[in-house]
Amino acid sequence: MSAAPAPHRPAFGESASPRKRGEELRARAWAAAASVVDPEVPVLTIEDLGVLRDVAIADDGTVEVSITPTYSGCPAMTVIRLEVELALARAGIADARVKTVLSPAWTTDWMSQDGRRKLKDYGIAPPAPKASRRALFGVETIACPQCGSADTEKLAEFGSTACKALWRCQSCREPFDHFKCI
Amino acid sequence: MTTITAADTPLVQYTLRLADNALVLGHRLSEWCGHAPMLEEDIALANIALDLIGQARSLYAYAAAVEGEGRDEDALAYLRDAGEYRNVLLVEQPNGDFAVTIARQFLYAALMAPFWRALASSRDETLASIAAKAEKEAVYHLRHASEWLIRLGDGTAESHARAQAALDELWMYTGELFEIDAIERGLAQRGIAVDPQGLRPEWDETIDRVLAEATLARPPEQWMQTGGRAGRHSEHLGFILADLQFLQRAYPGANW
Repeated sequence: MSAAPAPHRPAFGESASPRKRGEELRARAWAAAASVVDPEVPVLTIEDLGVLRDVAIADDGTVEVSITPTYSGCPAMTVIRLEVELALARAGIADARVKTVLSPAWTTDWMSQDGRRKLKDYGIAPPAPKASRRALFGVETIACPQCGSADTEKLAEFGSTACKALWRCQSCREPFDHFKCI
Repeated sequence: MTTITAADTPLVQYTLRLADNALVLGHRLSEWCGHAPMLEEDIALANIALDLIGQARSLYAYAAAVEGEGRDEDALAYLRDAGEYRNVLLVEQPNGDFAVTIARQFLYAALMAPFWRALASSRDETLASIAAKAEKEAVYHLRHASEWLIRLGDGTAESHARAQAALDELWMYTGELFEIDAIERGLAQRGIAVDPQGLRPEWDETIDRVLAEATLARPPEQWMQTGGRAGRHSEHLGFILADLQFLQRAYPGANW
């Protein structure tokens, strides 16, 4: 057995250990990536949505950002990937790659509380907090994001984007989008 | 001497079958874009098409990676001829009227919701992750198709008759959904593939439950069509591919 390694003694003028610099880079990269907004729901960042999964520093020093699609065919992924690359470049991080991960599968449960509030203020009814709807025909009550009334009805299972359904409020008569709960 | 190409390996074959089902049905549904009976349905069918094409892309990318022959997802989708496609015959059937599209969608989704759920436990990590994602989408697709079938079946005399005719017309393509061959049996034994026979009871239950509510009759057992998974397709697939592949055939490698 070898003796315990001697404690690292920073050389004169060395500002931080490589590990600390790695953490600092990672934090800076996360902040940059987290500032990217969803092109179709611009009040939400990809962090709010839970689309931003991970930021890691690879062995060769490359920043590796992992994102996950909300739906298999989400057309926003290409734009999000590009925006993340741009945000990292603007933050002075040139050595980066963005990869798409599928597992674990995205769920609306990952949407932050802050994200839900922003969504409602924007006029989109947020998803119910637990994505437990597995029944073929469930009964759902969605409150109108405009007037708060629970007297609402579903117009269509699919709305303006893959992640939304179309609803209408019976009280204020306004149609509204509902972020589907999956 | 026969040469065995990588495309013949069971995992590539299996993944291509799943991918081809998703792409061909996604393409069929996308044909409704701008033509559906109402705006909401136009959007719904386009959304479902998008989910299916997204599933197909993940599966093609994986098949291409396992194959390791330098092909990519585009090469698999755009540069294989009809005889090389491995989708079931059901998904290539024409859209017909709205009832035919909904019946086709219902028969397919009733299997795919439990299928993806089972495949999410596959020993193959990539297939499992694609399946876990697709399952959520399939549950939604099944609900959409079921609600429409009930609305049509339990609607007017005209919509009832059309929904029944659509089911009767498509029923002969449902047998192929449950076929299993040596390739799949081998993969299923290794915990990679799902044996569709095991999903039959759940499919039957979904079909019977929704048809009962829709006041539609389950078509009688009959002779079943087969061959799509072996590359023997109806004439419809060639027309789909002519539309889907035209650009890459006319301008190979075109990009934008």
